[in-house]
Amino acid sequence: MLDASDDGYVTEDGRKIGGVVMEMKNITLRFGGVVAIKDISFDIREGEIRAIIGPNGAGKSSMLNVISGFYIPQEGEVWFHGAKRPPMKPYEVARQGIARTFQNIALFEGMSVLDNVMTGRLNFMKTNILQQAIWRGKAEAEEVENREAVEKIIDFLEIQHIRKTPVARLPYGLKKRVELARALAAEPKLLLLDEPMAGMNVEEKEDMSRFILDVNDEFGTTIALIEHDMGVVMDLSDRVVVMDYGKKIGDGTPDEVRNNQEVIDAYLGVSHD
Amino acid sequence: MAQTQSGAEGMHSLPALLHRNATQFGDAPAYREKEFGIWQCWTWAETAAEIRALALGFLELGVEKGDHIAVIGRNRPAHYWSMVAAQMVGAVPVPLYQDAVAEEMAYVLEHCGAKYVVCGDQEQVDKVIEIQQDLHQVKHILYTDKRGMRKYDHSQMNALEDIMAEGRAGHHRFDAELDRRIAEITYDDTCVMLYTSGTTGKPKGVVLSNRNVIESARNSAEFDHLTRNEDILSYLPMAWVGDFIFSVGQAYWCGFCVNCPESADTMMTDLREIGPTYFFAPPRVFETQLTNVMIRMEDASPLKKRMFRYFMDHAKKVGGRILDGKPVSFMDRLKYAIGNVLVYGPLKDTLGYSRIRVGYTAGEAIGPEIFEFYRSLGINLKQLYGQTEATVFITVQPDGEVRADTVGVPAPDVELKIAENGEIFYRSPGVFVEYYKNPESTASTKDPEGWVATGDAGFIEESSGHLRIIDRAKDVGKMADGSMFAPKYVENKLKFYPDILEAVLFGNGRDRCVAFINIDLTAVGNWAERNNIAYASYQELAGHPRVLETIRSHVEEVNKSVAADEMLSGCQVHRFVVLHKELDPDDGEITRTRKVRRKFVEDKYADIIAALYDGSETVSTTTEVTYEDGRKGSISATLQIVDVPVVPVSHQKVAAE
Repeated sequence: MLDASDDGYVTEDGRKIGGVVMEMKNITLRFGGVVAIKDISFDIREGEIRAIIGPNGAGKSSMLNVISGFYIPQEGEVWFHGAKRPPMKPYEVARQGIARTFQNIALFEGMSVLDNVMTGRLNFMKTNILQQAIWRGKAEAEEVENREAVEKIIDFLEIQHIRKTPVARLPYGLKKRVELARALAAEPKLLLLDEPMAGMNVEEKEDMSRFILDVNDEFGTTIALIEHDMGVVMDLSDRVVVMDYGKKIGDGTPDEVRNNQEVIDAYLGVSHD
Repeated sequence: MAQTQSGAEGMHSLPALLHRNATQFGDAPAYREKEFGIWQCWTWAETAAEIRALALGFLELGVEKGDHIAVIGRNRPAHYWSMVAAQMVGAVPVPLYQDAVAEEMAYVLEHCGAKYVVCGDQEQVDKVIEIQQDLHQVKHILYTDKRGMRKYDHSQMNALEDIMAEGRAGHHRFDAELDRRIAEITYDDTCVMLYTSGTTGKPKGVVLSNRNVIESARNSAEFDHLTRNEDILSYLPMAWVGDFIFSVGQAYWCGFCVNCPESADTMMTDLREIGPTYFFAPPRVFETQLTNVMIRMEDASPLKKRMFRYFMDHAKKVGGRILDGKPVSFMDRLKYAIGNVLVYGPLKDTLGYSRIRVGYTAGEAIGPEIFEFYRSLGINLKQLYGQTEATVFITVQPDGEVRADTVGVPAPDVELKIAENGEIFYRSPGVFVEYYKNPESTASTKDPEGWVATGDAGFIEESSGHLRIIDRAKDVGKMADGSMFAPKYVENKLKFYPDILEAVLFGNGRDRCVAFINIDLTAVGNWAERNNIAYASYQELAGHPRVLETIRSHVEEVNKSVAADEMLSGCQVHRFVVLHKELDPDDGEITRTRKVRRKFVEDKYADIIAALYDGSETVSTTTEVTYEDGRKGSISATLQIVDVPVVPVSHQKVAAE
């Protein structure tokens, strides 16, 4: 059903998916003698929810780190918006409109939720430290403007009640949501989610799934996510890349992937020779 | 904007009151809602313009006179506006409980035949769409929150604000029609229809007229001297009659400001930011707040703890008396004033009650300690007794005559009478018109002279003229000697002890009363921890001798207090057991709203009851339990039966029969 033309395709629920935003071409990543990713190619299209799945140690997180520019692959090219991306620093990647959340929450524990989300606006703050110390005038206007954007995200993710609560006091599920809020505050074009639902109970997973779908729908954000929970992945994503031992063994719609023999083998386990 | 004057002198509809408020004090705040972390404000003039735009939008949609418009959502200005706009065009607003599941909602929507539904968000829209698949009656769905709605088929759906915009754009076409409809509203037209939650059977649609709502609002506002400078926080379900009277009836009559919280979870923070002057809450809100205060005080520094204890003891002694205007010595007043600066003031500020003039609690019995705590701080917390069918007010406590154990004197214009069996009847201008499409229930509840049966049993205290509620009329029975048996009255007294979670009293038709008691695992567990008592399970803790001893002393105190009441002194607890398991809705022992299903419990634990009456000291029993995943198992236990001394009563046995 997927028409892989350059103009994109239409999903089952009627969303229009655009052209290629990011393309991974023959990526190979090694750590010394260990090959984490072996010659993998796939693309991410505008407006889609793209999942990367695979058993433990398949190289999913490494793949996400390549996308986010944290790892530089030894071979292969990363194309972003039709141009080959040179090796860059993480903050340069952020400026390009890529934001991410982490598998092990990486928030500022001592700061309030509001302040944490505000840090996501860093790229929109132009005033220098001196101006911010004086605050009146330009820095004030800038803060008001950014606070407004942050408040909209707080409202969107329904975390108003913990706005002033220090992150350290929050339960795990809410921390995950705050992390998503911070990533969204950067107004990303491409949002990378590293196991957004790991360790959550069913209700929290449902909430998070709804937020991911809403983010995609409301802001048109392209989302690439890694997830263990197969049920969630199949429900959420438009297209799925399946990895096993650093290799790509499947790529397509959830249905196609589900019926792929190699994928079934990888999950149910067959001997590798 | 031209409005007809016909409603303006008579004030016999909410749109007329809106018009008055907008012309007389148009700049005063009418609504506030916290959104994006900021309190957004609408003045009365702005409110009138918004509501008019919405009413024009309704006309454009084709809303006819007499149509029902359901409103499902949390407390938001737009939802209150929808109700008034509906009244403007001659339609009947029907607010529904937003947490109701689709089936419950389906019944109500079908019963009232709502053609238009205002939904708060996508969740509610989804429910209505699900219902619509079988119902095919809803012509148009409106929603306030646009989030997630883009993908929906909008042929029969629209955002509320878009309807308002269309109304504004089309006002030349519809102004005349709208003015005509506003002019046609009479005092006896339906103002609102509210569905009672219905503990028995299907919910019933209570039809309230403009007369009911406005007279009740006027009487109660005058009773408490409410002015247009009040601030209230609207956070209770919109489908509940209390919210309609406080946030709409009284707000429009007095012209005060309605503040809507940001979300249900931020209610406590918003409460503090607004600092309402007039406040209503069910007992559990006050209980939760008090518990939080006590827990936080445990963590405070020793100096603060001592100060808190010292001044709270003083407040307990004189605070309530000062509030009631009773004589208090100068030194005590001085000490109270110092306490106010050091403890009470800051505490009230933290709770959000620093500006409160009148506070009400109702719905169920409130623990006397909790009640006294707030009153001793100088918060004028009072109780009222009411029903949807009465447009809330049946009895209220006047300032200066506030007690924990009564619900006050009849509200202005309310007549009360007590029937033979103790059931309370009332008659007032607030008495509902009818149950919608249910003449049988109307006839059985309201007699031709306008007296309405409450279903509650109670009596009027001769010394003070205050009403005291005893129990649901159907639960009240007679003991073997003919004296009154009112289980809830005793159970509530028991439940006011933090250690006791649930109590069930037996004795109907018997010569004496016995009780089942459930301990509160949090409170007793905490106590056990502090006293180095090790326990492995609920059952073990419940059977611990020291726990039994504590409970016995509670029951003994309750007996003393019950004995002081001449009518109910027969209900003293002679023997009790602490049950080996918590009564649980999964086992059908209590309802989901935690009301004990007496008959069921009586049958299920017949062996224990038998042992309570036959004088044995222990009883061995096996009970079936249902686990959360639906599996069944059983637990067996040997329970200790505890005897409690009772206060001898002699004089009352002559009474009935």
